[in-house]
Amino acid sequence: MAYICTDFERPIFLSEMRKTFFTRFLLVAALFLSQTTFASEKENEHNEHGKDLKTEIKEYIAHHLQDAHDFSLFSYTKENGEHKYVGFPLPIILWDNNGLKVFSSSKFHHGETLAEVDGNYYKLYHSKIYKTDAEGTIHYDEDHHATNVKPLDFSITKNVVMIIVTGLLMLWLFSSLAKSYGKNNGIPTGAGRFFEPIVLYIRDDIARPNIGEKRYKKYMPFLLTIFFFIWFLNIFGLTPLGVNVTGNIAITVSLAIMTFLITNFTGTKDYWMHQFDPLGKSLPWYGKIPLYIILVPIELLGLIIKPFSLLIRLYANMQAGHIVLMSLIGLMFIFKSWIGSPLSFGLAFAISLIEVLVALLQAYIFTMLSALYFGFASEEHEHDHEHEAEVAH
Amino acid sequence: MEKLLEEFSLGLFFWQTLLFGLLLFLLWKFAWKPILNAINDREEGIKNALDAAEEAKKEMQNVTADSEKLLKEARAERESMLKEAREIKDKIVADAKEQAQVEGDKMIKQAQATIESEKKAAVADIKEQVANLSIEIAEKVIKEELSDKKKQQKLVDDMLGDIKLN
Repeated sequence: MAYICTDFERPIFLSEMRKTFFTRFLLVAALFLSQTTFASEKENEHNEHGKDLKTEIKEYIAHHLQDAHDFSLFSYTKENGEHKYVGFPLPIILWDNNGLKVFSSSKFHHGETLAEVDGNYYKLYHSKIYKTDAEGTIHYDEDHHATNVKPLDFSITKNVVMIIVTGLLMLWLFSSLAKSYGKNNGIPTGAGRFFEPIVLYIRDDIARPNIGEKRYKKYMPFLLTIFFFIWFLNIFGLTPLGVNVTGNIAITVSLAIMTFLITNFTGTKDYWMHQFDPLGKSLPWYGKIPLYIILVPIELLGLIIKPFSLLIRLYANMQAGHIVLMSLIGLMFIFKSWIGSPLSFGLAFAISLIEVLVALLQAYIFTMLSALYFGFASEEHEHDHEHEAEVAH
Repeated sequence: MEKLLEEFSLGLFFWQTLLFGLLLFLLWKFAWKPILNAINDREEGIKNALDAAEEAKKEMQNVTADSEKLLKEARAERESMLKEAREIKDKIVADAKEQAQVEGDKMIKQAQATIESEKKAAVADIKEQVANLSIEIAEKVIKEELSDKKKQQKLVDDMLGDIKLN
């Protein structure tokens, strides 16, 4: 299973994407500055190394999609073949058999060297840290998977840095919005004028209709936080910073688990009754037994499937968006012609615009569906029937 | 699925959960609560202001209605007062006329009575004077007539004749 797709536009680009895995991507910013001559020189050089452009671009995209242990903005290769990285190292925090290890990621030299800490050797291999011997040998099984010991990795990675940055940005933005109410007689100032209508939209068009007038208030902080968090990180993913936070499975799993926990911890008696007794009084108990053997497991499975669809949808959309965008940018370096390169530039530009929309849309969908699940969980019985009646119409 | 599991990083999951929880808590406390409260207050304020405006409008309408009513009343009162005054005037005039009539009648009657009595008196006076004159004339005539016998006789005859005529 490569990438799971939930949107209509994705499969087309995905199949195209596999065909067009030939490309090299430096980075959006670097790309605008780079010239074709520069790229072609590099290509020749790498051909000498036995690596063709396709493989290199493929690796570059795969590398970009993953989390990184250092914050590198872009890298380039000098005339003498030496790789130069522009960025800064991040702290590595490992929990090994013999305790906590904290060191700078600069020790890895971007995976080129081993890091030696307290007599242990660690190797950065495909963005993951393995414990090795002094030579840095990686043992493989039949499927070419590394079998070395993996210490628990609690490093402050690139994605963690972006989460912190986004968190601080949100704190600053929204606490200043909150303060501006006091200062300006209940009217927001500055950026708040832009964000207040969005807050109102989430309240009036997401929380209120889906959760209900009585109970929507207690869910508002979570819905607001999750919406802006996903939206901001999606947008950051489109910047030349080259981060892919919301397209990371660990992030979406965490977000979906929170929705799952809140849904089930705030679930009313009626909600749980519906899970274990979906037919209610419409059938005598002896009639229910054969049905419930199938129905109750389905209902319970639904509990898991709902947040699972949330996490896969967000992950797949953002992941696929990044792949498509980078592949199209890579195409420019492949074509290197007066027709092909501008064409793929135009395409990449159009896809970027769509991605800006997708960034907002995915944040909206995640928030909307979370609100919907909260609404189901907190529904009282009489409302339940109203809802069924509405559906029936 | 295998790829997904391989991509899953426990460390990132840990940091994400921790940081998101912290962010949620901080934003809850310092942003969402005051923001939502402020918006709520503002909305309530707007609602109250609208309600107050509606109330004021109603009050205004009441006041207008009241003043209109007062005006109507005043107009009606004036009307009734005018009517009353007219009636009084008419009555006074009518009364005066009647009285004048009565008075006039009375005066006329008096005058008539006076005239009647005056007339009677005058007639009586005239009768007396006529009698006196007649007597005087008779005296003179008698004196002259009595100077001649024939004449005397004649006189007596005439007078007798006259008296009969009367």
